[in-house]
Amino acid sequence: MILILLTMVFVVVRVLPGDPVLLHFEKRADPATIEAMRQRLGLDKPLLNQFFDYFIGLFRGDLGKSMWDYSSVSQQIFSAFPATLELAISSMIIAVLLGIFLGVEASKSYNKPQDHVIRVFGIVTYAIPVFFLGMILQIIFGVGLHLLPVGGRIYPTMEPLGLNIGNFHFSTGLYTVDSLLEGSIYKFVESLRYLLLPSLTLGLVLSGVFIRLTRSNMFETLRLDFVTAARARGLKESTVTYGYALRNAFLPVLTMMGLQFAALLGGAVLTETTFSWPGLGRYIVDRINFRDYTAIQGAVVVFGIFVSIVSLAVDLLYAYLDPRIRL
Amino acid sequence: MKSKIKRSMLSKILPGLVSLEKRGLAGWLIIFGAILVGIIVAMNLISPWIAPYNPSAINVGQPLLPPNSQFRFGTNDLGQDVLSRVLSGGGIMLQVSILSVIVCLVVGVPLGLSSSYAGGVIDRVFCLIMDSIYAFPGLVLAIAIAAMLGRGVTNMALSIAVVYIPSYFRVIRSQVLSIKEMPYVEAANAAGSRSRTVLLRYILPNVVPSIVIVATVNFADAILTAAGLTFIGLGVSVDIPDWGWDLTNGQRLLPSGAWWVIAYPGLMIILLALGFTLIGEGLSELLNPRLEQ
Repeated sequence: MILILLTMVFVVVRVLPGDPVLLHFEKRADPATIEAMRQRLGLDKPLLNQFFDYFIGLFRGDLGKSMWDYSSVSQQIFSAFPATLELAISSMIIAVLLGIFLGVEASKSYNKPQDHVIRVFGIVTYAIPVFFLGMILQIIFGVGLHLLPVGGRIYPTMEPLGLNIGNFHFSTGLYTVDSLLEGSIYKFVESLRYLLLPSLTLGLVLSGVFIRLTRSNMFETLRLDFVTAARARGLKESTVTYGYALRNAFLPVLTMMGLQFAALLGGAVLTETTFSWPGLGRYIVDRINFRDYTAIQGAVVVFGIFVSIVSLAVDLLYAYLDPRIRL
Repeated sequence: MKSKIKRSMLSKILPGLVSLEKRGLAGWLIIFGAILVGIIVAMNLISPWIAPYNPSAINVGQPLLPPNSQFRFGTNDLGQDVLSRVLSGGGIMLQVSILSVIVCLVVGVPLGLSSSYAGGVIDRVFCLIMDSIYAFPGLVLAIAIAAMLGRGVTNMALSIAVVYIPSYFRVIRSQVLSIKEMPYVEAANAAGSRSRTVLLRYILPNVVPSIVIVATVNFADAILTAAGLTFIGLGVSVDIPDWGWDLTNGQRLLPSGAWWVIAYPGLMIILLALGFTLIGEGLSELLNPRLEQ
């Protein structure tokens, strides 16, 4: 499936628009410059050769050279990727926690006002543009209350260094993790403050799906016999709901996490643009302005591979959690 | 008695529509959503006559005036009247979403019907392609395609359509697979009907409800995607009033605290997308009552 996707991306980027080099210069450069660029990027070869070069390069982790500055696209993507990963993980956590909590509350008060309010909230999250929500949060918490920063990952010169022991250096690129490895609580709090608004934005928009799913699953599970039995044994209501019922209702949520990951990455592009978050999404948007087609192609491919890896991981986790499914 | 007759007549003209109110919540969702969408479409159509100022004219007032009695929704940094822009700014989004749904219907429906009816290798290949697109982050793909195709309503609609065709394909395919095993289809085949007749006359009508649901969801998504594409700079030219562009422009002005520049256009996008979402919710509840349990 990845193979088909890669082929498709190649067709869309290299073949559909005609000549990317001509497009890059908007047909305003002299033929010699265009020819030189084609040669440097290997775009003067026949299309089929380009395709094979691109594939072989991909296996070596080489995504070609940028049309803008001829630097390695893989390196640029590699440095932008952790920011997207950090945003994706934190917003997924927010979406799932919020979704489960509100979904459970809604299922407990089925068809009561509380349930309706939560459902309406869920529907509105479907209809709100993620960048608009981001701007609203920026106005409230950034411009209005001056509580949280409205852009960037952390202020310059404060980037956490990761773990340094003698000559050994290890950093994940995730600022929250790196600051802990470095042992700086201050940097950790700062990076969390920068992370909060973007991940809240993306998490809120995604939570609707989880609310709906948890609500319908919990509604059924709460009426099953083992829940009644747990209640009859005099267990606390919260233990019954979260300890017993939710455990059973969680598996579909896990599947949905995998499915929603693609949507999350799409939303991440807009969120990163709104919050000047230097991740992969912002990289694509920047490169669109420079008409850097090789970079766009590289980033899109990485997005595709990322989604495939996550869905594979979810499948494996599912098999581990559900004893009825064996690999 | 009279009203009963009237009602039955009406329900013949507009099948199902009149009985919507009797269908409880689902019916009300559809009615409410349709009213929302209707008002916004009507507002855009009559905006040239009701807008207090020319929405594209700059410096009709001081730049960045907060809402006041002369400019109800304030002005933006170019001194344009925000209210006029809000009234007429939905045109592009509506065009893009309508066009993309049409493309999806024209391409996705025949493809889904014929591929799944034919089965075999062709079906496998199409399935694989569609699944790959479906699994991919839709917005990222739309962005990549729109970046290649360039600006413009048609190009935006095309890039959105590519992303949503797999949804149509999958829904249609799963239905056709079960319908084509039904005895009446078998009977039609045995009676010697041509494949085209079987597909169009016997199978298609049963798939239409699902197609309608996907299409309404597609509308809502297309509006949000169009807004997103405009936001990252792949929209249409700046002189046509557009809510998406207003949001993009407004983001630069956020540090000045000019909330009115983004709040109203953003609200309109939400209402329009909400309208379609509600219709979709209601329809899927009506047509698949099991889902809601």
